[in-house]
Amino acid sequence: MSAASEFVPLQQLRSERGQRAVFCGLTGIIWLHRKIQDAFFLVVGSRTCAHLIQSAAGVMIFAEPRFATAIIDDRDLAGLADANDELDRVVTQLLERRPDIRLLFLVGSCPSEVIKLDLSRAATRLSKSFEPRVRIRNYSGSGIETTFTQGEDACLAALAPTLPVTAEKSLLVVGALPDVVEDQFRRLFAALGIGPVNFFPPRRSTELPPVGPGTRFLLAQPFLADTARALGERGAVQIPAPFPLGAEGTTAWLQAAATEWHVEPGRFAAVTGPGHERAQRSLSRHRDQLAGKRVFFFPDSQLEVPLARFLSRELGMQLTEVGTPYLHREHLAPELALLPEGTKVVEGQHVDNQLDRCRAERPDIVVCGLGLANPLEAEGLTTKWSIELVFTPIHGYEQAGDLAELFARPLNRRLRLAV
Amino acid sequence: MKLTLWTYEGPPHIGAMRIATAMQGVHYVLHAPQGDTYADLLFTMIERRDRRPPVTYTTFQARDLGSDTAELFKTTAREAYERFQPEALLVGASCTAELIQDDPGGLTAALGLPIPVVPLELPAYQKKENWGAAETFYQVVRTLAGPLAPPPGTARAARDPARRPRCNILGPTALGFRHRDDVVEITKLLATLGIDVAVVAPAGARPADIARLGEADFNVVLYPEVAMQAAKWLTRMFGQPATTVVPLGVGATRDFVREVAQLAGVDPTPALGEDATRLPWYSRSVDSTYLTGKRVFIFGDATHAVAAARIAAEEFGFTVVGLGTYSREFAREVRAAAEKYGIEALITDDYLEVESAVAALHPELVLGTQMERHIAKRLGVPCAVISAPVHVQDFPARYAPQMGYEGANVVFDTWVHPLMMGLEEHLITMFREDFEFHDGAAASHLGTVAARAPSAALADVQASRPAPQLAAVTASAPTAAAAAATPATIGWDAEAEKELQKIPFFVRGKARRNTERYAAENGVATITVGTLYDAKAHFGR
Ligand code: SF4
Ligand code: SF4
Repeated sequence: MSAASEFVPLQQLRSERGQRAVFCGLTGIIWLHRKIQDAFFLVVGSRTCAHLIQSAAGVMIFAEPRFATAIIDDRDLAGLADANDELDRVVTQLLERRPDIRLLFLVGSCPSEVIKLDLSRAATRLSKSFEPRVRIRNYSGSGIETTFTQGEDACLAALAPTLPVTAEKSLLVVGALPDVVEDQFRRLFAALGIGPVNFFPPRRSTELPPVGPGTRFLLAQPFLADTARALGERGAVQIPAPFPLGAEGTTAWLQAAATEWHVEPGRFAAVTGPGHERAQRSLSRHRDQLAGKRVFFFPDSQLEVPLARFLSRELGMQLTEVGTPYLHREHLAPELALLPEGTKVVEGQHVDNQLDRCRAERPDIVVCGLGLANPLEAEGLTTKWSIELVFTPIHGYEQAGDLAELFARPLNRRLRLAV
Repeated sequence: MKLTLWTYEGPPHIGAMRIATAMQGVHYVLHAPQGDTYADLLFTMIERRDRRPPVTYTTFQARDLGSDTAELFKTTAREAYERFQPEALLVGASCTAELIQDDPGGLTAALGLPIPVVPLELPAYQKKENWGAAETFYQVVRTLAGPLAPPPGTARAARDPARRPRCNILGPTALGFRHRDDVVEITKLLATLGIDVAVVAPAGARPADIARLGEADFNVVLYPEVAMQAAKWLTRMFGQPATTVVPLGVGATRDFVREVAQLAGVDPTPALGEDATRLPWYSRSVDSTYLTGKRVFIFGDATHAVAAARIAAEEFGFTVVGLGTYSREFAREVRAAAEKYGIEALITDDYLEVESAVAALHPELVLGTQMERHIAKRLGVPCAVISAPVHVQDFPARYAPQMGYEGANVVFDTWVHPLMMGLEEHLITMFREDFEFHDGAAASHLGTVAARAPSAALADVQASRPAPQLAAVTASAPTAAAAAATPATIGWDAEAEKELQKIPFFVRGKARRNTERYAAENGVATITVGTLYDAKAHFGR
């Protein structure tokens, strides 16, 4: 794929460094544990890590969630041998308590990385005691190595080598999607005659999708660099495509698979037509309100570039700055190609400088993290919390209208309020 | 290493942020990785602050570890100083930076900034949020007020009688449970005694205000968890006495009035009026008969838990069946209080331990934190929140202090409200044969209670009822499933199941659990009507 070098120069692309105001990869646990229903995520970290997940989760819904933190204390820091014994003890305690767990992730954090606690060795060691009942894997969600959604990437990349083998030609959709969206895509692929289709991650760890040289995979999320590489190592081949956000994105994404499967154009149009049309209709309800509005993205989930493409092309919004924590030039090439020429894309972050630029731009809507939203609202700017874009179903035809609504609502609120 | 599902307190640097964010004119430079910036949202979302906390994080990454994180800290501190122009700078490390030992204090000293710098050493692997807040406040006070302390042994001059007595109010922070309104209420109360408030700190104080703390005649320690350490130091250095009573509840407020009146040398009577609060009459009125003897379980920070126990026992006529705290630093005080009620204090920060204590004690009301609210909700017990950790709901738009006389009014309403809903339940039971009422119609504040006890009969009832319960059912499904999985071997015969349905639904879950527990303990495989009533007799009080 040479697309990257072809398209990137059309954009004003810049990297900056400074204070970042983004979550670490541990945050992914919040949606991953909901997705893989028999998996448990054990963070090996500090009280900060535990507090982060709890705060990001917002409310406690469950008595016993399927995530927890093994909080490292002073005694563990005294000697590494102790820390390993302690970890074994905690894992044993946990698995005794939760016989329903089939897959346990040991999730590394900054403290565990800095003290060089080897979680991959721990996973191997513990697997010996608990397989086959429980599989034990590890990945790092540490803030020194991963930013927000990269936690999912690390998690899936850790699973990729353990997927069963297949020689069959099959489609793999990669990236956690809400079940409802997954089912919609499943129906579309079936109608297109594309199959077998598997989703990764699966809903249960006992249903890990097979992978091999016949596997073609579509990324459903833009932040899966390591996962794509790990699947490549298993012989799977990526189908480059824009991401399935909005009517256009969804059709282009489906088209990429259809082309690979030689689906007849007539059939493709017949299958995708109704959804595409429904999506456009639901978007048209928001277009009047959103067209011409200027949007500014703070970096957050790496979804910024596809979202910017969607907002500009399907809703007529203007892009002032598109910040992204990391830009995967290759995976984003089809997206960058669709952005209006000259769009300012900024990779990385220097939050204070970026706030200065945002204030100077006075955009109509700012997409930013929860730490910045209320302060910016108080300055008279309208904001959309970016985390909602990760927690809400936004992919596919049937969610296109909801996605637009997420941006329309804050503007609407400002319009209605007379206080 | 400790397995932790939910935590009552954050790490100690969160405590430091609560001090920095509460104050004016300070900035906190925190050596920390990017993920630690989540802490901002606690203040901007939960407390709806309209400004970012005055915190700059270095957000070092793995690649910086090899090179020079110390240099990054210096650059960050210098830039933060230039951009925010604070009057004092706090510097420190979070858990990860503590491990790389860059010495933020030393590095900042080397910058030679023209403002006071407060280096914070907050051991993240030993201590927690409230300790961090107390230590930070103490270090701030020591650094800024220390230079103005009189030579040791200097006697404090008596107040010039021409000047009104004045005190400082110490302890309110950002993210504090009702601190905002407590300060207003206590300031009013002091005013009725003719006492002026010189400085409120840390909330709202600038570094210059901290510097003049020593000028007041005495200190009011509103939140010992945060301010005790600093207040003790002020007593030592400036000879300022400090209050020991926290004015939570009518009795404690009166004690507090007497204490400050004595410290200020004024007459307490103006603030001891019988009509200052409605709580005493409301509790004495016949309507409150239904409150008498209710079994309450209390858990929170030490100050609020101990105060709630006194209010519960003396001002509502409740029976305190459980009392505990997650504040290990104040375990002694809570143990002493529990002794008064003939119970043993629960000192733990393990959420599961608290949950099993609540489940075992079968209280009729839980007074706790947001954590206990969830526990109570799951167990179908009414609950009111009395302490941090806080949630967005704990920052109501209206004026809702906990302290002083108005605080007592607020407490009365807050605690009685969920019980009133209990009364509503009795009405539902009385009318439950009417078509408007049905098993699915639990009082809305109890959320999922009706969905907790799945049985064939109940499932039928719910299947025939449309949507409203659906959300509740889904939300509690994993718990219910887990619960159902445990006593799988014990069955109910048809008649017993029918008898169970005659029990009012809001106690039915408890009846079912108790009966199954009884059956399990007595080796009964099939529960009959007889077993049901045996269990009732066994557990009945
Ligand atoms: S940034 Fe590091 S220390 Fe902070 S919460 Fe994330 S993993 Fe834990
Ligand atoms: S609807 Fe809910 S909040 Fe309103 S009175 Fe009933 S229980 Fe209380």
